[in-house]
Amino acid sequence: MDFLIAILTLALLALVVAVVGAPLRRARKLRVAGAAAPEDARQPRSETPAAVAARDTRRRDELEAAREAKYREIRDAELDYRTGKLSREDYQAIDADLRAEAIEILNRLEELSAERGSRPRDA
Amino acid sequence: MAGLGFACLLLALLVCAYGIGASLYGVRTGRVEFSESGRRSVYALAGILTCAFIVLEVAFLGNDFAFNTVADTSSRTTPAFYRAAAVWSSQEGSLLLWAWLMSLWSSLALFLTRKRMRDVAAYATAIMLGFGGFFVALMVFYANPFGTTHPAPAEGAGLDPLLRFPTMMIHPPMLYSGYTLCTIPLAFGMGALLARRVDADWIKAIRRFAFAAWLFLGMGILLGARWSYSELGWGGYWGWDAVENASLMPWLTGTAFLHSLMIQEKRGMLKVWNVSLVLATGTLAIMGTFLVRSGILNSIHAFGGQTLGVPFVCLIAVLIAGSIYLVVSRRDMLRSEHRLDSWLSREAAFMANNLVLVALCFVIFWGTYFPLISEALTGQEASVGPPWFDRYTVPLALILVLLSGIGPVITWRRATLANARRNFLVPIASALTALLILEIAGVTQKPLALVMFCCAAFVFGSIGQEFFRGARARRAMAGEAAPLALLALVRRNRRRYGGYIVHIGIAVLFVGVAASSSFQHASELGLSPGQSTRVGSYDVRYVKPTATITPKYDQEHTGSTLALGAVLDVTKGGRHVTTLYPSEGFYASEEASQGSVGSLIGGQPVSHVALDGGITRDIWAAIEPDVEAPALERIIKTGNSTLPPEDGIVAIAYLAREYLKHPPQAQFHFEVSPLVMWIWLGGFIVLTGALIAIWPAPSAVRARVFARSRARAVRGLARA
Repeated sequence: MDFLIAILTLALLALVVAVVGAPLRRARKLRVAGAAAPEDARQPRSETPAAVAARDTRRRDELEAAREAKYREIRDAELDYRTGKLSREDYQAIDADLRAEAIEILNRLEELSAERGSRPRDA
Repeated sequence: MAGLGFACLLLALLVCAYGIGASLYGVRTGRVEFSESGRRSVYALAGILTCAFIVLEVAFLGNDFAFNTVADTSSRTTPAFYRAAAVWSSQEGSLLLWAWLMSLWSSLALFLTRKRMRDVAAYATAIMLGFGGFFVALMVFYANPFGTTHPAPAEGAGLDPLLRFPTMMIHPPMLYSGYTLCTIPLAFGMGALLARRVDADWIKAIRRFAFAAWLFLGMGILLGARWSYSELGWGGYWGWDAVENASLMPWLTGTAFLHSLMIQEKRGMLKVWNVSLVLATGTLAIMGTFLVRSGILNSIHAFGGQTLGVPFVCLIAVLIAGSIYLVVSRRDMLRSEHRLDSWLSREAAFMANNLVLVALCFVIFWGTYFPLISEALTGQEASVGPPWFDRYTVPLALILVLLSGIGPVITWRRATLANARRNFLVPIASALTALLILEIAGVTQKPLALVMFCCAAFVFGSIGQEFFRGARARRAMAGEAAPLALLALVRRNRRRYGGYIVHIGIAVLFVGVAASSSFQHASELGLSPGQSTRVGSYDVRYVKPTATITPKYDQEHTGSTLALGAVLDVTKGGRHVTTLYPSEGFYASEEASQGSVGSLIGGQPVSHVALDGGITRDIWAAIEPDVEAPALERIIKTGNSTLPPEDGIVAIAYLAREYLKHPPQAQFHFEVSPLVMWIWLGGFIVLTGALIAIWPAPSAVRARVFARSRARAVRGLARA
């Protein structure tokens, strides 16, 4: 029984190491396969293509979440108006503000897409 | 197999330590592969603890009494369902359940956010693994669920009779799911502060988990209240017990968080409030676990003996200090983007709501921890009972219910007097109508209950108006029939209308609480067979005694050696209403000194309440039979002196027969309580509303909604 428990424990340990270590192994393979050019090796870490892509992804995620929230506000304001909680004048004022804010977010998203499109691709 | 279980705990501890290091290294250096490895550590932790949990479950189901926890809390005669659930009836098993649930919810949270907020998620991963490591360390060093004894005893002690109730078996997993889910927003909140990203993305990521935590906690609390009412012999559903309060406090701050999150989302306001509430909720959940596990306060729930207090106090101190530091040091990024436009606005209503909820939490916190603080300062034990709690919580609860009716009908940013008049006319009319009806019905002797009923009517009026106007607007826009319009309205605005349904449920629940506590008729007296008493407008007659001996007749699987009870006939105005069968179970004790017969029934007796529930009233009865009557005592003494332990059950049979032939007077506790069912019904409505609010829209529908919203946004601006 002790032998069986030891085998099972080792098997579990091996599985855990395989699962948890997979990203590290993958990263090492990528580094070996596409070894950095001398110019890239001198780049600060924050300016590597991966870091820039991560920053872009973060900005896009923030803007998309803000966009969803703004659309929801626009729909809620319309529902408030249609259910009589907002007068016509109040609704038009609030709606204009919200739409302007939404357009600003959409514009920033488009700028971000344009920036990514104009950036040189990775080697 | 205990060795495998303990090996899993050790492996889990290693994985937590590695994962914390990898996550922090990854986020600080920008090396994504380490953050990813840290996230996978959480998945691995969930897998390992699942293995550990299975080992313990198999031990319980297989009656492996070599395991100390199995021997202490199970037995061969315990039904399989209770054996499976007995895993978490011990302190060790409940710690394993806590850690396991936490690892599962953490895995789910990280899986759902795997492509977003990488920096926030990395910090959150380290924090969640910190919690996991803490609880695993408690098990490894203090309370090992895989401790064994050799040779193994032939039989276990059996499950605590108070826990032989289906609701009580589901209550801990629900409550622990609530507690552990509270740590997810806490971890992401701290992560967001550490990464300096308290934005819309963070809100979107944690809202569902905060909602799920709130839902599970709420359902766990209600299940516990139902158990207390249906199983314990005192006839109440809430006693302001320390452990009850410990679960209510994070629920209150969680409720405040869910509401004020909406304000941050819409107006960029209350950021300090929100991070403080999410950190407080998680900390209070840990404190609740501390109260249950450390046995530091006297409570029916707490486990005595084990001292886990010091590690928990250290963890709580770290959480509080860390939270305060993060909020103060990041206050520059937590400034509100907008100011309050008007005190007559939904923002103001939500802020008032927050204040009331936090005040309620503070009152309960003070009343719960006061005995500890008093003992620490003066050396003398002190206690705070229900009358103290009621004095401060009832007025706050009234304001809360009123605000739950105001919030849905008041507008964002500013509400003019004209539209306030338009929107509040129906709710106020509902409240006044309710007042008039109650006055006519003579329900005026309890002013606080009367105010609660009127506030609830206000809520029903306000929410009903919202549904009516929404459906009418939908019909005008889409030309749909009324039922379809209502359905489409709810489907397209799940969060809003799901939330409205939750408000209705809360109002219904509070009506039940107010009615049952203010207008209850109760009576405690001794009766012999044939005698009657009056409780409220009902007549209760003790028809005859009952006696059952296990195992043949123990239909309810109570595990009692002997159950003595009564048949009660309940009538009203001469018409038969119901028949009740209350009983009290007598259990075996481990005290050999009680004798061969005495030890079979010398354990803690447990009341098996009889309950006839209905939508308008509950009739509740409990019995305390007199087993110390001379004739019965004589049988026990004779059996003790003449029978060997294996034949003691023969004397029990004689005792039961004697009880049936010459029943002594028994003590009865009767209650007739109006509208108790509304409490459980209100809970069900809250559950329904919460599920509607939390349910995600199908992605295709979401895409269409976004496209339409985008087009409208562009068109609207072009027209402006």
